[in-house]
Amino acid sequence: MNVTVDGEPQPARAGQTVAALLLAAARVSWRDTRAGGRPRGLFCGIGVCFDCLVVVNGIPDVRACQRVVADGDEIRTQHGAELPEARS
Amino acid sequence: MTRRVVVVGAGPAGVSAALAAADAGAQVTLVDSAPTVGGQFHRQPAGAGPDKVPGGSRLVEHPRVRLLTDTVVWTVEPLHSGHLVHVRTGQADGPGRHGEALTADALVLATGAYDRALPFPGWDLPGVVTAGAAQALAKGQGIAIGDRVLVAGTGPFLLPVAQSLVGVGAQVVEVLEANGGIRGWTPSALVAGRGKLAELAGYARLLATHRVPYRTRRTVIAAHGEDRVTSVTTAALDREWRVKPGTERRLPVDAVCVGFGFTPQLELAVSARCELVDGFVEVTPTQETSVPGVFAAGELTGIGGADLAAAEGTIAGACAAGQAIPEAALRKARRGRTFAAGLANAYPVRPGWRTWPADDTLVCRCEEVTLGALRTAARERDALGVRSLKLTSRVGLGLCQGRVCGRNAAELAAGYTGGHYDPSDTARRPIAAPLRLGELAEDPEKENT
Ligand SMILES: Cc1cc2nc3c(=O)[nH]c(=O)nc-3n(C[C@H](O)[C@H](O)[C@H](O)COP(=O)(O)OP(=O)(O)OC[C@H]3O[C@@H](n4cnc5c(N)ncnc54)[C@H](O)[C@@H]3O)c2cc1C
Ligand code: FES
Repeated sequence: MNVTVDGEPQPARAGQTVAALLLAAARVSWRDTRAGGRPRGLFCGIGVCFDCLVVVNGIPDVRACQRVVADGDEIRTQHGAELPEARS
Repeated sequence: MTRRVVVVGAGPAGVSAALAAADAGAQVTLVDSAPTVGGQFHRQPAGAGPDKVPGGSRLVEHPRVRLLTDTVVWTVEPLHSGHLVHVRTGQADGPGRHGEALTADALVLATGAYDRALPFPGWDLPGVVTAGAAQALAKGQGIAIGDRVLVAGTGPFLLPVAQSLVGVGAQVVEVLEANGGIRGWTPSALVAGRGKLAELAGYARLLATHRVPYRTRRTVIAAHGEDRVTSVTTAALDREWRVKPGTERRLPVDAVCVGFGFTPQLELAVSARCELVDGFVEVTPTQETSVPGVFAAGELTGIGGADLAAAEGTIAGACAAGQAIPEAALRKARRGRTFAAGLANAYPVRPGWRTWPADDTLVCRCEEVTLGALRTAARERDALGVRSLKLTSRVGLGLCQGRVCGRNAAELAAGYTGGHYDPSDTARRPIAAPLRLGELAEDPEKENT
């Protein structure tokens, strides 16, 4: 399976979560906060805290710890509060 | 007519409940947001089948069980008799999830718990995670959160976390227990938990083999780094958990795992209007809540580990299906509760933690509310009560809806104003799981009932 992380191709395994993929790619943060612009990554690991938000296929606010990667996913860093990208 | 039982949560409690209800003749739907059954305790590596979980094979083969994984329950709605359980199936937080409303004559809530984290300077740095996060990552994904990891907090759960970290190749630099450890166990807890002692001895041997120091009455009081944690300060604590001056030590690490007990995942129980006692769902000996036809089992009703959760699940499932309390499960549950009470005694959260955060430490991670801002809101604006505190400081108004900061903010504010802040007020959320705007706007008639 192949996905991209901020445009770079990244190998992925079936069943891997987006958070595990990012951590395996040596990323510890993939979002910055709305007010302070501070980096965030994994925190609770089980879908409770919403710290691990990431943009997947143009859709923001996806919890990286809960989302399982799918072939062709485009994953990118989320900056503050984002609106979904217009897509056809 | 066959009773329809919906069980929410497929951890030890929910799996037992589903099997007990189906064995008693009910038609059961078991729902979990995860891709597979097991919950936290029996979390499986990605792609593993349900046969790896106790009862899992029987569950999939049972003619009266419908298993709905990758499915989140976002709210429950009372009906004239029974409940309507609204679910969405599909990729987590993805578009195009499929909606359904399940009719339940009886409902069993088994939604479990999550780690409690306490605020300290730097706890919002990437690399600082909960103990459960490290555990889920190790068990479910086979990777370590870091290479040099500190584990700190309170409770026996820190030990299996250290074990899993070692198992996936991390170096655990220290395990810090803020309470007194096994010395705090009461005799009745020791008797009720004698099975657990062998397990704990196993962890102790493992830590010794890997030269991992286990220190009591010590914790992490600061994490340092620019864009991620690179070191921590640890310190000795007195019995109230105030820092003992002069005992601070700096340690290089690339990850920190913190866990100060667990908080129950209450929102569905609250939206079903179940009464709470001391922050947990109140249940009768049949595991029925204050709402007729709604049962609760597992960590929702008290923190007591997987065996107690399973015993409660068996009782809840059987009773939800209209049977009498299964005696063997009742005995197990009683023993489990004695042990749980002993644990609660031995591993409390002491008020001295409130001295750890600095004025600029975030209390609410989502809305980025600092300790200083919370104090000002509580004192100067006289925010008595959780609701006014939320409105004046924005604490708990973010995406996690106060799950992470709710109890902490309530305890801090009570210290400032002497007011009473019911932390379970923070669990009053209309929706238990996030929905996409488009999903909310969807015509409910189109849901396939
Ligand atoms: C991250 C984490 C890791 C843990 N690991 C261990 C461990 O390794 N060893 C140990 O002894 N204890 C562990 N525990 C403690 C654990 O809580 C208990 O041992 C045990 O798993 C509790 O069983 P339960 O059935 O009550 O809940 P859980 O096992 O927590 O199961 C609850 C289930 O409900 C589901 N759920 C919740 N809300 C919804 C919803 N709205 N819609 C659909 N599904 C929902 C969840 O996905 C979950 O699968 C862990 C706790 C946490 C938080
Ligand atoms: S890490 Fe908490 S929601 Fe993903």
